[in-house]
Amino acid sequence: MTLEESIHALRTGRVSSTELTRAYLEQITSLEPEIHAFISLTPELALQQAQEADRRWSDWRKAPSQPPPLLLGLPLVVKDVLCVADVPCTCGSRILENFRPPYHATAVQRLLDAGMVLLGKTNTDEFAMGSSTENSAYGVTHNPWDVQRVPGGSSGGSAAAVSAHMAPLALGTDTGGSVRQPAAYCGVTGIKPTYGRVSRYGLVAFGSSLDVVGVFGREARDVARALVLISGQDPRDATSSALPPPQVDFDHSPTQALHGLKVGIPEEYFSAGLQPEVRQAVEQAISQLQDLGAQLQTVHLPHTSYALPVYYLIAPAEASANLARYDGVRFGQRAESETIAELFFRTRGRYFGAEVKRRIMLGTYALSAGYYQAYYGQAQKVRTLIREDFARAFTALDILAAPVTPTTAFPIGEHADDPLAMYMEDALTLPANLAGIPALAFPVGFDAKGLPIGMQIMASHFNEPLLFRVAHAYQQVTDWHTRLPAILSRG
Amino acid sequence: MRLTLQEVEHIAELARLELTPQEKERFCEQLSTILDYAARLQEIDTRSIQPTYSVTRGEGRLREDEPAIGLSLEALLKNAPQIMHGQFRLPPVLE
Repeated sequence: MTLEESIHALRTGRVSSTELTRAYLEQITSLEPEIHAFISLTPELALQQAQEADRRWSDWRKAPSQPPPLLLGLPLVVKDVLCVADVPCTCGSRILENFRPPYHATAVQRLLDAGMVLLGKTNTDEFAMGSSTENSAYGVTHNPWDVQRVPGGSSGGSAAAVSAHMAPLALGTDTGGSVRQPAAYCGVTGIKPTYGRVSRYGLVAFGSSLDVVGVFGREARDVARALVLISGQDPRDATSSALPPPQVDFDHSPTQALHGLKVGIPEEYFSAGLQPEVRQAVEQAISQLQDLGAQLQTVHLPHTSYALPVYYLIAPAEASANLARYDGVRFGQRAESETIAELFFRTRGRYFGAEVKRRIMLGTYALSAGYYQAYYGQAQKVRTLIREDFARAFTALDILAAPVTPTTAFPIGEHADDPLAMYMEDALTLPANLAGIPALAFPVGFDAKGLPIGMQIMASHFNEPLLFRVAHAYQQVTDWHTRLPAILSRG
Repeated sequence: MRLTLQEVEHIAELARLELTPQEKERFCEQLSTILDYAARLQEIDTRSIQPTYSVTRGEGRLREDEPAIGLSLEALLKNAPQIMHGQFRLPPVLE
């Protein structure tokens, strides 16, 4: 069932939330051994929440008044960097192995208040640092389209879960592409909202000027349904925007939705390193937007190629400060020691993984006396130039359309010994994070190996409704988002 | 540019990170590669450019500082590796 069909079935009482929840839990039981999308599962909690949702639905059917929330009784999975009270939150790290947060992240709280049912916490690269979900202390997640390949990362567990129909909706986070890249690799739709659109309270901090909470679903409309609920100001996050949640309507026909839309094609995103099939699929999708009435225009974002070095100085710098809190004192693992200094050094040395250590080292270096101006300071200035590239483009254009990744999903282990090659995976997603603009990734085709290809559309700050309108129009005239990985059609 | 072992040890000291000899060796090489790559930022003349510390400049507001009931002591100590008399227990800070 699609999300819309599930919403309808719950409303009419044809299906109960308990039945729906059981069906998803069964799907998880059958596919989890091959996919490994989860770090922890919460079946008892889920069935309790489902019963509560069923009670709310049946009360409403007896005495229909104000309609219940649209997603009441629908299952949800949450990336394991977002806090759910009393459910383990590991961040994919051994250092938080036994950590059970005492409160809900605001995004989680809002979806639970709306009656959603939590099935479990999904796998992630340690502290969301990675592009493949291989850097998790709890095992590697496999891509449902080819289990020998990565699902992308760092929200790879969430993307794989939606792709393998283990959940209709998932929360992820996107600091440098961690929603869009796995969405592209797994053939699902995912949004990185505007910075500040969704509260970061209860999201374990990685790069605080970049982190956003995002949503995965099978199509743009599903993603919008959840984003609307989690958006809006939160007194617990001073950077959360005071703007009201996005108003999204799906009443337009595809040609009404796209009539006169100015679509920019940023040349720098179509450079030599692009896999030819990715280029072809994205160009094809852009020309379909044109067929629906959009006007195309080539545009230059001249500082695009600097996004990678800028990001890999700023994000580790912020991470090195944010991860200072893991010291073995108040929560998490502790390595027993004779002195307090030894306790800090040993705890961190023993329980952080290799990529996290590498980024802490890189960030500490970039911020250290004598190098601060040359590295961190210079990166923050070039970030301004990247931001201005977008601002200039959006004076004349409504959206930008580009590939999400230079290639389709790569084999597990391929970049294991080459961190820089792994970082290159993010070259096309990082600029939107540095500028804080919203970007939506959705499937636009497959390569010869049968692996999904994603396109991202980007808009100016807080213009998510436009992104949803465009993607929904595209998904009404195409069926890429409805294709199923072979693993689902098996006996 | 290649980072020396001493430089790597100095950064690890600042970051309070115990590293094995193999890790130190690996970081000498890997961090050097990454920093070499990042050196391309020096190509850009940024003398007249303001840094971007936040993309929501001016948007962030502070809430009123009003007293409210927070988490309980029990909730806050629940995840502690070691507690004693309702406090976090640690090895001696001063001898």
